[in-house]
Amino acid sequence: MSLNRRDFLKIAGITALGVGAASAFEVLSGKQLEAALKAAPLTAGKRWAMVVDTRKLREEDYHDVITACHTSHNVPDFSGTKDEIKWIWAEPFENAFPDSPNEYVKPEVKDKPFLVFCNQCGDAPCVRVCPTKATFKGEDGITMMDMHRCIGCRYCMAACPYGARSFNFRDPRTYFADKEVPNREFPTRTRGVVEKCNFCTERLAKGLYPACVEACKSNALIFGDLDDPNSEVRRILRANFSIRRKPQLGTDPSIFYIV
Amino acid sequence: MLERALVGPKKYWTGLIGLLVLIGIGAGCYFLQYQKGLTITGMGRDVSWGFYIAQFTFLVGVAASAVMLVLPYYLHHYKAFGKITILGEFLAVAAVSMCLMFILADLGRPMRMLNVLLYPTPGSVLFWDMTVLNGYLFLNIIIGWVILAAERKGVAPPAFVKPLIYISIPWAVSIHTVTAFLYCGLPGRGYWLTAILAARFLSSAFAAGPSLLIILCLLVRKWSKFDPGKEPIQALGTIVTYAIIMNVFFFFLEVFTVFYSRIPEHMLHFKYLFVGLHGHGIYVPWMWAAIILCFVAIALLLTRKARANEKILLAGAICVFLGTWIDKGMGMIAGGFTPSPLEHVTEYVPSAPELFITLGVWATGFLVLTILYKVAISVKEELAS
Repeated sequence: MSLNRRDFLKIAGITALGVGAASAFEVLSGKQLEAALKAAPLTAGKRWAMVVDTRKLREEDYHDVITACHTSHNVPDFSGTKDEIKWIWAEPFENAFPDSPNEYVKPEVKDKPFLVFCNQCGDAPCVRVCPTKATFKGEDGITMMDMHRCIGCRYCMAACPYGARSFNFRDPRTYFADKEVPNREFPTRTRGVVEKCNFCTERLAKGLYPACVEACKSNALIFGDLDDPNSEVRRILRANFSIRRKPQLGTDPSIFYIV
Repeated sequence: MLERALVGPKKYWTGLIGLLVLIGIGAGCYFLQYQKGLTITGMGRDVSWGFYIAQFTFLVGVAASAVMLVLPYYLHHYKAFGKITILGEFLAVAAVSMCLMFILADLGRPMRMLNVLLYPTPGSVLFWDMTVLNGYLFLNIIIGWVILAAERKGVAPPAFVKPLIYISIPWAVSIHTVTAFLYCGLPGRGYWLTAILAARFLSSAFAAGPSLLIILCLLVRKWSKFDPGKEPIQALGTIVTYAIIMNVFFFFLEVFTVFYSRIPEHMLHFKYLFVGLHGHGIYVPWMWAAIILCFVAIALLLTRKARANEKILLAGAICVFLGTWIDKGMGMIAGGFTPSPLEHVTEYVPSAPELFITLGVWATGFLVLTILYKVAISVKEELAS
């Protein structure tokens, strides 16, 4: 990153507020400037994660959360067909956690749908198998998609043990042909590429929480940096027992469920 | 040499026109798919690979099986195969061509195909599959063509083909091993997550490929003046017999591990395929047909005396080919995706356009095969006269 002196001093000045005692002289080193910028609340996490506190989830939350995500990312509604695209959706316990069968599980858990979406795996099989690096890891731990590079081989869909990925079997733009695109700031996709939850990377860049977190009125979705011991997610994980989907596969999911 | 493909009896041309008609229908359907997207296939969110990838998997095996002629001839100097190694190599060329066409047909954005080369990703098995398949295609085109040309001129083949032939032997094994690695390295797919998958693939390949070669050799003898000879066809019969028994044995090993351990993630796929799951079981009759075909084939081919009768040998070869095709060309992919990682059962049935595209690719492969065999057989006929 190249900065002229004026810009540099501006940023240094702003970050000096955040780093408190750091003198302007100390902030002048590049490494520290970077560190100071990353201390900002949402623009620079090392490993973004989410806690789904299913105890707090209310019935209306599901609709709010799913709608917020799908409108925010212009996901076409092909529900009920084989060509369905979904970034976040609800599954019964036995489907969300098929490796934990328990017919005597308490009714609150058995009857309550679980919100499922991309697990933003620490060691993601989809990233490993992609032959073009169209699916790749961002510096903040988010598994990202390059829609312009994807060749549509769907190897990532075979590799994902969570069924988190959707392929554009149809042209999603034909769905929006006769209606308004819900979010003009987010691109629609073309036919023939794979997509999934991107942890609202475009919102994080602006310092906003993911759309689902914002839409969940009961605050059951908690978002934060897993690498920061003082983050809200780490605090909640310290205080509660949490589970993850298929942890035995070694994918190291970044989505935690409190049941 | 290629000019020999341009002259031929009426039967030859009728055959070619028949294949061209099928290719035309397939191309028309592919045009539709190109316009509308893969929505016109039976594939969907839960079963995201289907008939194309299944045919690809089966045909990689057919291609790899050329090694069953090359290895005995070049490493063990088994002279009887000298006459027909070219048939094996050209079958490999046709089979790999079909594999590449099936991959292309399956891509959501085929125009971006070369991204695999532009952004090479050695961590992806698909990158290696592309590498070994294209390498194998070129190896077999070069080896087959150069040796045939030398044979026609009555001279010894140039020295540079010898190393290529030796390379082609492990290379043949590699194409099917890497193809198995595509599947068996995926954490959430219990049907494929087994170390024996590559071995199963190879054993079924060495049964299916040589059985197709037996059928082709018998057709060549019937339709041309070139006789591949009784001995090499019998030797192929022996190879098919060993391979199909091994294939059934490996399948039994898999079934034992899955059903004695009773781990649902692995077991549910077998249940879906062989008895049905949650009321869905479209593949059940097919999978049992495959089992029966394999056992009938073993019964027909087991004794040397029975195999010596070419009618029985042919019947056995057809059973092996159909049985292994159902196992790999139908069950292997759909069964791996059903149930889904979330244990939903979504049944996959290929659509009509998907089947026509599949048929079109097979027809293209057989067009390539017919032309290459026509050249090879014409050369052999000229030498004999």
